[in-house]
Amino acid sequence: MKSIYGFVHVREKLMRGLFLACALFSVVALATITVFLLANGLPFIAEIGLGEFFGTRWAPLSDTPAYGILSMLVASLYVTALSVLIGVGIGLLTAICLYKFCPRWLVSPIRQMVNLLSGIPSVIFGLFGMTVIVPFIRDYISPSGVGYGILSSALVLGIMILPTIVSVSLDAMQAVPGSYFEGALALGSTREQATFRVMLPAAKSGILAGVVLAVGRAIGETMAVIMVVGNSPEMPVSLFQSVRTLTANIALGATEMKGDPERALIATGVVLFVFTLLLNTSFSLLKRDKTEKDDRKSRRKGKNSTPVAPAKPGSAKEAQS
Amino acid sequence: MNSKRETGRGSRTLFSGLKYLCILCTVVSVAALVAVVFYILKNGIGKLSWQLLFGEYTGSAVSIFPAFIGTLRLIVIAVLIAVPVGIFSAVYLVEYMNNKGKLVKVIRIAAETLAGIPSIVYGLFGYLIFVRTFQWGYSLLGGGITLAIMILPVIIRSTEESLLAVPDGFREGSLALGAGKVRTIFRIVLPSAASGIVTAVILAVGRIISESAVLILTLGMVVNLIPSSVLSPGTSLALDIYYFASHGYPDEAAATSVVLLLMVILLNLLATGLGKLIKRRQGE
Repeated sequence: MKSIYGFVHVREKLMRGLFLACALFSVVALATITVFLLANGLPFIAEIGLGEFFGTRWAPLSDTPAYGILSMLVASLYVTALSVLIGVGIGLLTAICLYKFCPRWLVSPIRQMVNLLSGIPSVIFGLFGMTVIVPFIRDYISPSGVGYGILSSALVLGIMILPTIVSVSLDAMQAVPGSYFEGALALGSTREQATFRVMLPAAKSGILAGVVLAVGRAIGETMAVIMVVGNSPEMPVSLFQSVRTLTANIALGATEMKGDPERALIATGVVLFVFTLLLNTSFSLLKRDKTEKDDRKSRRKGKNSTPVAPAKPGSAKEAQS
Repeated sequence: MNSKRETGRGSRTLFSGLKYLCILCTVVSVAALVAVVFYILKNGIGKLSWQLLFGEYTGSAVSIFPAFIGTLRLIVIAVLIAVPVGIFSAVYLVEYMNNKGKLVKVIRIAAETLAGIPSIVYGLFGYLIFVRTFQWGYSLLGGGITLAIMILPVIIRSTEESLLAVPDGFREGSLALGAGKVRTIFRIVLPSAASGIVTAVILAVGRIISESAVLILTLGMVVNLIPSSVLSPGTSLALDIYYFASHGYPDEAAATSVVLLLMVILLNLLATGLGKLIKRRQGE
């Protein structure tokens, strides 16, 4: 009898250990990634100095090599800012439309389509940008006759992050209690005023989290950008000029370079890594803020527990008329 | 709160205007996304051929057959690593730690950070560790392991959610009947959470086949050879698109995009369909 219990006991212990080991795998993986990048990248930055590393000239293979990544850092920031502006602007307004102004029967198909499209591989967006957006900008918009550059990249990335923004913002707004909307209507505001002045601010933190997510995707995207940005490591002065982003710099050079140039690329990776760490931190802070608020809200609701009729699509209309 | 301005007629017109702007934006975003898909399909379908799909890669005629093999092997490697590790992590977090405590917090922060790292940084890491430190050269195994780390957070997260959705009564019932914790987990809890887990795994496979930035640094982009072992360099469908587009094969790039796009869409439909199917069978 005792031996069976002993066996079960050992098995329980062993499996628990296995589960723990697996759970620690992500911590180990993250630690390894961090150590590898920092150990290979930081000494190089220290060696050539911060001033040189954040200089404007990138010429790793020339006789007088220079490893300045400033132009690429600036290009990355421009592309990210512009694409997020496009993606968030259009995406958020789309989400608002799906939330209140769109005919009911259209919402679910549009939503499902958007979800499906959020899975399109980035390289396909890159191909679309390369064969449609770049020639279009070159022929009709660009004053310099160059189609590659910040505007093309921002348009491609803007379309790419649209699905994410739409679904995250829509989720955030749908999480706002319908009674807010009805309350606003009861106080005499129109449907539009209620949506923009009440529902939108109430969903603010969820939407912001979506924006941070989109920034992370835009700054980290490589393949879609590499195909439309032109890739010359020059300081961006115009929207229609071939530039290079940090991500493109890594992808273009890493497989061909050895020695110092390669270490410079790893240092580029470190900069990107630090950026995403900062973004992640702000993302989790936003999320924590949101869950705390939600907790408070639900607690309050629980205490008063006044039965509120669930918001139905028809009820708002009745209230208005 | 700004009551004077808000009651004015001007404000109402402003917000009605915004409403039409919203509708316009919806039309624009739907049109843009449909345009991408439609353009890819329209340009690529006509270019599909037997030679491109299953032919031999020669100097005069390209083929994506090596990419099929490469993609398939990558999926197998990454799934074999990430799925057990991911599910077991989630089991530990939910079943043993009850989702509380310092260790859980550390693991959760690590997983969230991993999820936010750009794929090119994963690629750089894979390159540094597998190509350089381990001296494997470009290999499917190195690419696959890097992809596994990349999809791990997704699998942990969705498995956790599925496990949390299993009612406690199931666990208590099993324990009351004399089953141990491990048996309860494998015979009761995991099967009840199967639909969510299967959906997550299929979506992760979708991410693997869409990924290219990781692979450009770990796989070597050898488009013409069928990989002979897991340690040989190779290519994937997504990498092939980049290769064709940047090396003067626009037609082949378009056709390969159609293949990849259809695979991703099918996987998405499969994920939701299979999840529902499992749920229905359990309901009976």
